[in-house]
Amino acid sequence: MHHSLSLERRALLRAATLGGLGLGLGGLFPAWAQSGTAGLAPTLPTLSGEDINLRVGHSPFTVGGRSGHAITLNGVLPAPLIRLREGQNLRLNVLNDLDEDTSIHWHGLLVPFQMDGVPGISFPGIPARGSFTYEFPIVQSGTYWYHSHSGLQEQMGHYGPMIIDPKDVDPVAYDREHVIVLSDWSFFHPHQIFSKLKQEGGFFNRQKQTLLGGREDEMTQEERMMFARMRMDPTDIADVTEAAYTFLINGHGPRENWTGLFRPGERVRLRIINAAAQTIFNVRIPGLAMTVVASDGQNVRPVLVDEFQIGNAETYDVVVQPSDDRAFTFVAETIDRAGMGRATLAPRMGMTAPVPPLRKRPTLGMKDMGMAGMDHGAMNHGAMNHGAMGQGSMDHAAMGHGSAAPAAAPVMDHSNMNMRDASKVTFPVGVGVDMIAPNPVDRTGDPGIGLEDVGHKVLTYRDLVALTPNPDKRAPTRAIEIHLTGNMERFMWSIDGQTLSENPEPIRFELNERVRVTMVNDTMMTHPMHIHGHFFEVVNGHSGDHPVKHTVMVLPGGKLSFDMTADAPGDWAFHCHLLYHMHAGMMRIVKVRPLKGEAA
Amino acid sequence: MKRLSIALLATALATPALAQHQGHHMPGHSMPMPKAKPKPKSPAATPKPAAKKPVSRTKAAARPAARARPKAPPKKASAKPVGKPTAKAAPKPAASAKDPHAGHDMEPATLSRPAADPHAGHSMPQGTASSGQDVQQADPHAGHDMGTAPAPQADPHAGHQMPMADAPPVAPPPAGAFSGPEHAADTVFGPGQMASAREKLRKEHGGMTTYKLLVDQLEGRIRSGRDGYRWDAQGWIGGDIDKLWLKTEGEGAFGEAVEQAEVQALWSHAIDPWFDLQAGIRHDFRPDPERTHFVLGVQGLAPYWFEVDGAAFLSNKGDVTARIEVEYDLRLTQKLILQPRIEFDLAAQDVPELGIGSGLSSGELGARLRYEIRPEFAPYVGLEYERAFGSTADFRRAGGEKAGGWNLLLGVRTWF
Repeated sequence: MHHSLSLERRALLRAATLGGLGLGLGGLFPAWAQSGTAGLAPTLPTLSGEDINLRVGHSPFTVGGRSGHAITLNGVLPAPLIRLREGQNLRLNVLNDLDEDTSIHWHGLLVPFQMDGVPGISFPGIPARGSFTYEFPIVQSGTYWYHSHSGLQEQMGHYGPMIIDPKDVDPVAYDREHVIVLSDWSFFHPHQIFSKLKQEGGFFNRQKQTLLGGREDEMTQEERMMFARMRMDPTDIADVTEAAYTFLINGHGPRENWTGLFRPGERVRLRIINAAAQTIFNVRIPGLAMTVVASDGQNVRPVLVDEFQIGNAETYDVVVQPSDDRAFTFVAETIDRAGMGRATLAPRMGMTAPVPPLRKRPTLGMKDMGMAGMDHGAMNHGAMNHGAMGQGSMDHAAMGHGSAAPAAAPVMDHSNMNMRDASKVTFPVGVGVDMIAPNPVDRTGDPGIGLEDVGHKVLTYRDLVALTPNPDKRAPTRAIEIHLTGNMERFMWSIDGQTLSENPEPIRFELNERVRVTMVNDTMMTHPMHIHGHFFEVVNGHSGDHPVKHTVMVLPGGKLSFDMTADAPGDWAFHCHLLYHMHAGMMRIVKVRPLKGEAA
Repeated sequence: MKRLSIALLATALATPALAQHQGHHMPGHSMPMPKAKPKPKSPAATPKPAAKKPVSRTKAAARPAARARPKAPPKKASAKPVGKPTAKAAPKPAASAKDPHAGHDMEPATLSRPAADPHAGHSMPQGTASSGQDVQQADPHAGHDMGTAPAPQADPHAGHQMPMADAPPVAPPPAGAFSGPEHAADTVFGPGQMASAREKLRKEHGGMTTYKLLVDQLEGRIRSGRDGYRWDAQGWIGGDIDKLWLKTEGEGAFGEAVEQAEVQALWSHAIDPWFDLQAGIRHDFRPDPERTHFVLGVQGLAPYWFEVDGAAFLSNKGDVTARIEVEYDLRLTQKLILQPRIEFDLAAQDVPELGIGSGLSSGELGARLRYEIRPEFAPYVGLEYERAFGSTADFRRAGGEKAGGWNLLLGVRTWF
């Protein structure tokens, strides 16, 4: 009953024809990603079954009338949709046609450690001209994806979607479904991008504050001086921007305008995957509210929103029900609002809806410096909305901080605050750490940078409630605190001040141990943090029904806790899913012991 | 076991039922739950004060001294008063098929629940319903004020309250976490293969070598008397902390021999997030007589975005001199940048053969306005006042030169 995809027959035929044609001409889009697709259907070519073959190779890729060099799977970008069923077994034969090592990580899938696909942690990697067979049972359902974990191949097209249908009844009801893979494509080689970032951290930012520039920012003079004193750029929201990127939706640029079809009145399930290398998106469909029904493949109680921010590697399933016979624009605006991915949902091919202009570029504020809670007295910054106050007339001293005002001496002068207080942390605060958040707060109730005041409902992590109670009822027996650290100017990124290249002590868990992990973001960037091999429960106030995720964004200057059961023996990666942050060293190895078969 | 081997096949259909894998625990997928246990409700649970900082901050890396850990999981499952229904239950009809937002199947059992949520619609097997009112979320937008936060929240935007009231203590891993082989994959693929893969992994995540070559000034200088030229370039190669840093600068007048030309080769070591300590050798090819210096300097970014480069030089003749440069990028538009710049040269003693007098020997104050056609390539115009002071000025005057004067600058700044 739930899988009755009532498809418009003609549209389906047309899509199938297009798909066939595309493949026949050596087109780079898999059928599900063809523009004008009627949606996912059994008749469309997807990879399924128990034996799947994938070939990693080089392909040309064309977008916006320009052609570049891509690394693809089976010759298509994004990679083929792999559709599976919970409970089945799976064998994936991967052939590497490249002249360098490759790998595939099954993002969000619970697999034995040696099948997780991270070279140097789970396995040796797939050598040039070599092959590797992944084999594991499918023990879950939902929307996932897969991508290379070798070098910077993910930036070049090595990613694709993966859908697992539940073995039982799907609690989400829908009439039609589309997969929507968001990504960022560049005609620069990723090594060139990384090199530019090391040479000039703000290289790709073309929205800096200027003396004569048109965009005025709602910042107080105090804030401006504070940022300048700290050598921090309040417009440094995204490292790599539209200056280097074309934002893709299912491999289509804004001009190509990928179009997914629907019939008015249908419930359309959109499986949205952020497969971008370095881009966090704000997703909305003007005129159409979205009911979020799953996050990271895990069902949540339905939440109606107008917009949500999606970090790299996160997935959201939303259900929309367009009732009118008109087109809707699917907008994936980048977090820095310098560019957007654009697609269309329409009853018929060729229909379009207006594309909204880019919204005003946001700036970072005090909260992003980890100073949100510096006034514990009667007032707080969050409510004061610094941005709207204007004119630097703020005198903190005059505002009467309560007795709880910490260490701020008689006058709460932010400009004298120690923004790099090494006594707050247990690791050495060295060159790679340009800030220690003075007072990081839980930001699960915040919608993300720039979305505080957009005039409609934006999802926050606090809105997410697991559909079914969290299975492990035990309270965590211990906590660990992990600091996300960096140096914006030198483009250094680390965890607890150390890059992976420095060979830091791994994060160790005992098998089945229940731990609360608190991540403190000592930087002014949003970091989508991902742990391999495990799901975790984001501590957001819905105790017992915490949303279950594999990747979670920690907002600048904030902190976030999750509870996890270390139930997967082996070695696993834990890292920031911004590709260039990981490449710069923002990664750790997690070890869960004892291994299977060992005595405890 | 039956196996479907054709890749391009219907997916939603006919997947054989296979043996369930038991090694993994699937959070969030226990549905349908035939007999969900009622959630432990303990209204007596004392509301904790605001999130307490963990007592000990022992580094996780520290090995634990045989820490006894209870084998059995604690009975109490994060007992807190859960979900009192929110006050603003939406006055809308319970979810029906006509609800435009209902994305979820409503099974008959569900309808008996007091589903005040207009968007609710997940099929709830009967078992769940019996777990009581605490699964109710009256309003999907009410996610903020859940009953779990005991303290009344006057301000929904306040970011202070932590939803995690009763945090367990920060502690090192239990002894079991250190058992077994250090590298799990060695047990499958062998230590030899894995060791080189690990080495590669480390190098690829933070250990890279990068470089930059910056020609900051390459300019003609229009002035009274014979027009001249100047170059000032530097390049580095290395990692985040240690770099080989090369600098060169020089100047002259068109049609004459180069007046001044120097090259520095420095080892550069980052000493804080913004500054590098630099030490090495400088050789002056011009003027005559040539000099070689030992260099010790600091280069970096000072608060308020001032770029600073200061160095002291000890020559092979024992002369001590110093140079300080400060510049600032004032961004007029995204592409038009005004760069004020100041430079001072100092000397600890007179060096008559080079025309240098002790004290503040010379200084420059100028500004360059550049247009970044690309960030890496920017032509500029500029104006600079340069003059000598004290006995250096006397040396110049004695040589028939003026102590100082204005220069109109036309040049190019480029880097890659």
